[in-house]
Amino acid sequence: MSAFVRIALACLALSLSPWVLAQQVAPAPASSTGGMDMSSMPGMDHPHDAETDMSAVDHGRHGMDAMPHTRMQGGAAPPDARSADDSDGTGDGAMPGMEMRDAEPLGMLRFDQLEAFDGLHADGTAWEMEGWYGTDTDKLRLRSEGQRDGGRFDDSDAEALWSHAVAAYWDTELGVRSDFGSGPARQWLAFGVQGLAPYWFELAATAYAGQGGRTAARLRADYELRITQRWILQPEWEVNLYGRDDPQRRLGSGLSDASFGLRLRYEIRRQFAPYLGVVWTQRFGGTATFARDGGGTAFDRRLVAGLRFWF
Amino acid sequence: MDTRDPHDARLSRRRFVQGLMLGGAAAGLGMRAGVTMAQSDAVAPRELRGTRFDLAIGELPVDFTGRRRLATAVNGQLPAPLLRWREGDTVTLRVTNRLRVPSSIHWHGILLPAGMDGVPGISFPGIAPGETFTYRFPLRQSGTYWYHSHSGFQEQTGLYGPIVIEPARGERFPAERDYVVMLSDWTDEDPLAVYAHLKQQGDYYNYAEPTAPEFLRDVRTQGLRRALAERRMWQRMRMSPADLADVGGATYTYLMNGRTPVDNWEGLFKRGEKVRLRFINGSAMTLFDVRIPGLKMTVVAADGQDVEPVSVDEFRIAVAETYDVIVEPSDDRAWTVFAQAIDRSGYARGTLAPRAGMDAPVPAMDARPVLSMGDMMGAMGGGSMARHARPEYRNPGVDMRVDTPRSNLDDPGIGLRGNGRRALAYADLHTIGGALDAREPGREIELHLTGNMQRYMWSFDGVKFSDAKPLHFRAGERLRLVLVNDTMMNHPIHLHGMWSELENADGGFQVRKHTIDVQPAQRVAYGVTANALGRWAYHCHMLYHMEAGMMREVVVS
Repeated sequence: MSAFVRIALACLALSLSPWVLAQQVAPAPASSTGGMDMSSMPGMDHPHDAETDMSAVDHGRHGMDAMPHTRMQGGAAPPDARSADDSDGTGDGAMPGMEMRDAEPLGMLRFDQLEAFDGLHADGTAWEMEGWYGTDTDKLRLRSEGQRDGGRFDDSDAEALWSHAVAAYWDTELGVRSDFGSGPARQWLAFGVQGLAPYWFELAATAYAGQGGRTAARLRADYELRITQRWILQPEWEVNLYGRDDPQRRLGSGLSDASFGLRLRYEIRRQFAPYLGVVWTQRFGGTATFARDGGGTAFDRRLVAGLRFWF
Repeated sequence: MDTRDPHDARLSRRRFVQGLMLGGAAAGLGMRAGVTMAQSDAVAPRELRGTRFDLAIGELPVDFTGRRRLATAVNGQLPAPLLRWREGDTVTLRVTNRLRVPSSIHWHGILLPAGMDGVPGISFPGIAPGETFTYRFPLRQSGTYWYHSHSGFQEQTGLYGPIVIEPARGERFPAERDYVVMLSDWTDEDPLAVYAHLKQQGDYYNYAEPTAPEFLRDVRTQGLRRALAERRMWQRMRMSPADLADVGGATYTYLMNGRTPVDNWEGLFKRGEKVRLRFINGSAMTLFDVRIPGLKMTVVAADGQDVEPVSVDEFRIAVAETYDVIVEPSDDRAWTVFAQAIDRSGYARGTLAPRAGMDAPVPAMDARPVLSMGDMMGAMGGGSMARHARPEYRNPGVDMRVDTPRSNLDDPGIGLRGNGRRALAYADLHTIGGALDAREPGREIELHLTGNMQRYMWSFDGVKFSDAKPLHFRAGERLRLVLVNDTMMNHPIHLHGMWSELENADGGFQVRKHTIDVQPAQRVAYGVTANALGRWAYHCHMLYHMEAGMMREVVVS
């Protein structure tokens, strides 16, 4: 087991290394080759042609450092940006028959996790799923996660959100969340952002407002580390916070719990991948106290085996 | 660096073998007994000539991979019959739609009245199920062209065929043999599922993404700092240096004249003969790199237009382009016609041989290339500044902008640079006779090719087709279109109804084409004479890019 943990931690370190180390390496190396092979570019034969001459650029340093200064993504339009309208007031033909798909809604349903777990104190099944239907910029997004142990649902929730694309990699989300399982059901309004951060981290941060002045927040991040094109190691982080105690659901205020999972999957097909993994969960503060009072512990470590599939 | 997954290599081989056993498009055709794949007379697509044609669009059972599928075909053929026309004739084509859905045929690269162009929603309402539409137009040009459906994804499922228009005054570069070599990509999947997969996961078909062990290997061989530096920008930009093709060998089987690589299309010649090969890329999504190992190819025409002959070992043919080459096989042996996909995920292959049944060694595919920083940033140090459009900013559909695009036409493209072979570049092409209209353009329209690979959104200037107003060309004017590719993919851009006359970096005339491939981070400019009144389509010929919105309507009035 300890060997497994060591391997898992090594994989985690590896998955984070490009990000962590990149911060330390800046500014980029002064190596004149920078690892980019432009020597074979045509135009190298014409050193006087500024258009094609890439040897004039100090490959490593200039090429890399140019990035932060010239924004290639996002940003506000400069005042002299072109108009995209070259119609001179001409309308479209408005003729029947056109069947372009660029505005057509599509959908997806994905079980990221559908798994059996074997924990220190309990075993059962758990899921994490997400579905969406809509266009490129506006989607109805459904999300649910939870678990069953001892034949009943525990600590589960489902969300329905309107997801709206606001930037190349970011969506805002507005909707509702419903908690079910142990204790009374709780309803929340939800607002958040989700998207893809630089270095390919999937991030989601959601704030919740419930009845009676309850508040909560959830942060999630995951990463896909390719070992091969089909073996993929996926670390996943999740943190939950609550604004006040909720003894009936055994939740304490403040930082409630944090979990870190590592799942190694094999994509038999893109849409069908079995996996094995391990998940560490730590409960904090009042939530940890509630757990201990209920005969549990603040810390749990689970071995998981499951399927990731989507269609 | 060859990063192909062994699983996929196995899959491809299995596919090819099954394609051999099951006989490709001929299976289930209902063709006359005796016309089988094994016979050389069935190798050339069946040809129709004259001035009056009856074409029927219908479903056709096919089996390229061991799975039976329904293709969309013309007169029961995939590719559709070769139409052989004569310059100066007026052709009449009665096209009957026997499908259960609307259909259409567009005559790619042909100058004709707008109502005959065959684009549903722009030129005409399409051809309803059971109906016949009569196309009629005079032929004011000669050369190699093709035709295909402009309805939904029918082009992906097989509705494409070659056109050869014989010049009124005879061929400028005569040859003893003349073969059409039509390249295409076939998928067993429903094309709508392919499109949905791309929307769900942009790299769904890419099995060559960078892996962690490759990073560790680079750290070992190059040192940590350099290995990190190489990945840093890509990682920060959320871009992939492996983003060469959206759809590849993970689902595609590549075809030459409707035949899989093991099914081996065959063209016969007699020793010493000049053989003209009319290459047409009728793919939905695949750029091919074509060569005939051991033979020099003399390129004599591009997109149907004669060019000053140029001798090459290899050329890239983007989707919808055509190139005519002449080869002179001098030995009594077979030669492989090899067309590898740009992402090296598979290839189409055929054989030139003095006798039926011969074949020649099939070369290994080249290592899969990796995009360079130049493919992302353009000229970096210098170059002209691009003029971005307002909607390119703060737009979920735009993941990248290139400020200083490169405008070199002497680059054959990624994967063909410095490979030891003489590869064709646009700078090598010179249309004989120069520009059709020598006027200096009076007006310039700049358009940017934009997209978001994660969301699989594609557009011009950040505006998808369904949100865009038409482009207006004033009747009779000579104008300059400037395209800047703000993405890391090639986009073959096709203007219907009028020629696109590519300019070199100094503004001089280079080559006349109907489809101009714009490389990543490249700027090209071309002259257009707005002499064809009406409404025309203008779009990226990558089928899924077009369907996702990389299209405009052009109004000439």
